[in-house]
Amino acid sequence: MTARSAATIASLLLLTTVSACTNFFEVPIETPISAKMDVSAFRRVLVAGFISGGTEDVDANLETVRLLRSQLRSKSGLRVIEAEVLPLAEMAADKAKTAPAAAAPPAGTPAAGAPPTTTIAPVPPLPAPAASGSAPTQAPAQPQAQSGPVAAPATAEAKIRTEKDLEKYQSIFADVAFWKKIGEEYENPLIVTGTVLFTPHQTSGFVTRNIEQYDQLGRRSVVPQRTYMERKGFILTPKFIFIDGRTGATLHSETMHEEILYNSQQNTPALSSYFELMDKVIPTFLGTLSTQKIRGTRVLLR
Amino acid sequence: MQFRAVVVMVALTAFAPSVYADARASSKSQVEFGIKVAQNGLWKEATYRWQKAVELDPTYAAAWNNLAIGYEHEGKFEEAQKAYDKAVALDPKNLLIRQNYDLFKEINDRAKRRNDR
Repeated sequence: MTARSAATIASLLLLTTVSACTNFFEVPIETPISAKMDVSAFRRVLVAGFISGGTEDVDANLETVRLLRSQLRSKSGLRVIEAEVLPLAEMAADKAKTAPAAAAPPAGTPAAGAPPTTTIAPVPPLPAPAASGSAPTQAPAQPQAQSGPVAAPATAEAKIRTEKDLEKYQSIFADVAFWKKIGEEYENPLIVTGTVLFTPHQTSGFVTRNIEQYDQLGRRSVVPQRTYMERKGFILTPKFIFIDGRTGATLHSETMHEEILYNSQQNTPALSSYFELMDKVIPTFLGTLSTQKIRGTRVLLR
Repeated sequence: MQFRAVVVMVALTAFAPSVYADARASSKSQVEFGIKVAQNGLWKEATYRWQKAVELDPTYAAAWNNLAIGYEHEGKFEEAQKAYDKAVALDPKNLLIRQNYDLFKEINDRAKRRNDR
């Protein structure tokens, strides 16, 4: 027996002994967290558009629609309808001008500017299985809204700077007839809409920072130090409203709030801040519609 | 009469450890099989085996720990909580069980917060 074969046998023996003595096994697991809303009655989703404002650096309506559609396409079981993004701010402004009386919220739907609802309305069963079974993802007709006041979206959005400005437009979400009509045009999908406020934010004050220090002997230590700092960033306040395309009624709504601050010398583009903040919001949004799986590891014991 | 009582006592003392050892051995084989199938992604079968294991030996902390993980994987948070509680109560010094439990609690709290919102 050569030294090499002896070493092989010894290592095999060691491996066998080690595996026999192992009393724990780390395994990857995926913990499912069930969806907040029951969307089993819907097979398709229309991310219609958002009333957005805050800054002109980012078209929050367009970007939010794009982002939500791509997330829903890859992370939910619903088929995403590819349609033109509705200029909701203009539509709402136009509605308010032409028929102020019609904007009154009907019974059972949240009033404009009301706090976010935590209750979820029951979803009635799907009425026409033939229509939904082979329903195309692409809408057969352009929505009525497209022929409406589409032009100059920046004009209305420019006026929306604060949440108070947004309130003026919110009556559109309670307009059951309007959403029912859009629902009919897209063959009764689940409609996702709402408001997105993306505002620049500036603040100054004392911030605690860890400063590295070296003593005479060259030893390193980290000392917390309070320094006065000018900081700037953005605040993102999206409100997602889920509407039943068959009835036009609001099923669920959820408001979120995220903010980010940078050193005032740092020049971060508004669009990248927007995506950074949306990254924080997206898991909660997706969790409303579909079961989310949280990946992790656990230790099985023998 | 006294003699009979003594005989019964002696018999009980003599056989009890072997009965316990049998239960633990059967339970252990279920646990090991469960681990094997879980490693191959067959979590339902694994959970079934660990259920059997805790039925055979309800004092087996490792079996309760594995069962809790099985329930967690299926999204059965209440059952997982109960199983982890049992595992921790049976073996409070086991750091691996504690670690699993802490990770579970984090997810469970997040799910609860989401539903409360």
